[in-house]
Amino acid sequence: MKTLSSKAAAAVEKARAEGRAALIGYLPAGFPDVPTTIEAALAMAANGVDLIEIGIPYSDPVMDGRVIQDATVQALAAGFTVPQIFDVVRDITSATDVPVLVMTYWNPVMRMGVREFAARLAEAGGAGLITPDLIPDEAAEWMAASDEFGLDRVYLVAPSTSPARMRSTVEASRGFVYGVSVMGITGARTSVGAAARAVVDDAHAAGAERVCVGLGVSSAAQVAEIARYADGVIVGTALVAALRDGGVPAVAALCKDLSTGTGKNPS
Amino acid sequence: MTHQHTGGRASEPAAQIDGDAAAAFLSHEGRPESLRHAPGPYFGDYGGRWMPESLIAALDELQETFEAAKADPGFTAQVAELNATYAGRPSLLTEAKSFAAHAGGVRVFLKREDLNHTGSHKINNVLGQALLAKRMGKTRVIAETGAGQHGVASATAAALLGLECVVYMGAEDTRRQALNVARMQLLGAEVIPVTNGSQTLKDAINDALRDWVANVDTTHYLLGTAAGAHPFPAMVRYFHEVIGEEARTQILEQTGKLPDAVCACVGGGSNAIGIFHGFLDDPSVRLYGFEAGGDGVETGRHAATITLGRPGVLHGARSYLMQDEYGQTMESHSISAGLDYPGVGPEHAYLADIGRASYEPVTDREAMDAFKLLCRTEGIIPAIETAHALAGALKVGQRLAADLAPGEQASDKVIIVNLSGRGDKDVATAAEYFDLLPDDSAEQEIAQEGEQL
Repeated sequence: MKTLSSKAAAAVEKARAEGRAALIGYLPAGFPDVPTTIEAALAMAANGVDLIEIGIPYSDPVMDGRVIQDATVQALAAGFTVPQIFDVVRDITSATDVPVLVMTYWNPVMRMGVREFAARLAEAGGAGLITPDLIPDEAAEWMAASDEFGLDRVYLVAPSTSPARMRSTVEASRGFVYGVSVMGITGARTSVGAAARAVVDDAHAAGAERVCVGLGVSSAAQVAEIARYADGVIVGTALVAALRDGGVPAVAALCKDLSTGTGKNPS
Repeated sequence: MTHQHTGGRASEPAAQIDGDAAAAFLSHEGRPESLRHAPGPYFGDYGGRWMPESLIAALDELQETFEAAKADPGFTAQVAELNATYAGRPSLLTEAKSFAAHAGGVRVFLKREDLNHTGSHKINNVLGQALLAKRMGKTRVIAETGAGQHGVASATAAALLGLECVVYMGAEDTRRQALNVARMQLLGAEVIPVTNGSQTLKDAINDALRDWVANVDTTHYLLGTAAGAHPFPAMVRYFHEVIGEEARTQILEQTGKLPDAVCACVGGGSNAIGIFHGFLDDPSVRLYGFEAGGDGVETGRHAATITLGRPGVLHGARSYLMQDEYGQTMESHSISAGLDYPGVGPEHAYLADIGRASYEPVTDREAMDAFKLLCRTEGIIPAIETAHALAGALKVGQRLAADLAPGEQASDKVIIVNLSGRGDKDVATAAEYFDLLPDDSAEQEIAQEGEQL
């Protein structure tokens, strides 16, 4: 895993230096509108989130559960278009030092052109991409473009990932490796289960310096549990639900609460 | 893996590829000697595995199981036995002499997949995949369906082989297709209405994939067409190759020569790739895929993916795709629910690019005219999907008849049409289309809402 000039790696390492796991918060762009996305992202940054993940709404989000699907359908219906992601990233990164990763299904990137997308993301100040339906086997263009523009490439590993694929995926990643906590899609769960720890251990054993866990994490207690063995914790659905139900103040309050769980050695 | 994603041609319609590309193909210039049995994962620039990592292990397991099964005489014998004693294979090859009079006077033969058990080619694939599911020790299959044909076929195979079956179907379709839902339920399947996204076939596939990722230990995803991530396109084609193999043998028996053209409808493309496969290496045989032109490709309301789509990734494969300028999948439109899909199998994208097969749109109106013509001239009610292939065959026949060499007769020319399914399911749609229903009938009310019973 290459660390050269990785914004995501720097954010995780900064948290590590403070004796805690990084807290990573996800929101989809344009939900309920672009100004609110930016405001909510800045609220995350001001309330303990170390790394911001902004999703591009997409017509066929096969890895997402109902809460995120509904939010992204609403964003698309309200007229969100893919190039607006660069405005969102620029407006966030110009107002905070917290780095911004973009989470995107692959077809919108392919449609724009991988190199053009990478150039515009870098120009907007983005850290890189999380790619839920792109595996390194298919990523030759993205590997080249992310190298050219110094962007992070966060691939997913799962409980079903074979040892050989774990090694090759860790090797292809930059920034951190996204450990999928359960076999399933996004959505709050009461427990993330034992599989998450095994994924993190396997990824570390395969050479990953930073492994962050996502899918199903919604409470400070879950964050605390995962922070004991992972380098970062990713929260998505719970934040989207908070934004939907309580607006930006609810996002800020949830982040503040979640951040209490990130300590590596809770007293 | 070594492959190139160079993008291929991006904008020109496949139907207008000039003769040079086809000539280059036919001379095998720079191409493999055979196009048959292409193993995947790539077909030129198309195919692959654009899928979440969580599902890669399941795809690997499926691929290994499939490769081992193909090499196992016990498995191939089991498939052949089910085809012969359950599905009703070989299906007939019927000469349609009266219909042919409208096709420039060329000879037209119908490959009668409509006579298979469950009424379409779909049975070939579901029996094969259900056997593979059992070999993998899976106890549950899931499937997507639009009009209900693949759902019914999947429920049938699951009932026969003792598997639990769950079918995802757009919520609107479950209401419009109430009788097909009942058929699946009679066969023991659970039908889950899909209320996500546009509530169409593509959203049913999305929900099936979400189910699969959460239940992959016990569950096989019984995908209904030759699309999706590797190994699905090559595997679904494998189970449908029997169509082309039978048709080639039968046409040689009945006419003493190969056909001039083979015509099939293309939604995802499974019946087309099945019959094309038998003739891929016969350079004299022209292959035609007919896509759903809906209201006309100029209206934007169509499902002519190869004709007007651009390369992209959806549901695990890179192929032609109906997408907007930002890469969002567009909604497709067709009177035929079975062709109403914004993607297409990757092997078709490749065959289009190299010019080995030609793809053309057929409008709802052209398809329904051909539907009626076959009913009246041959006493066969085709599926509306299939009617697109029949409409295309009329055009191909007229072109062949207009382009005869000196001394040739139109009756020297031979076309095979893959009659992929029977039209019983489409009677309400057709009756509404042809205004055959009394104004106050329940059928009329249902048919007005959309699609096939």
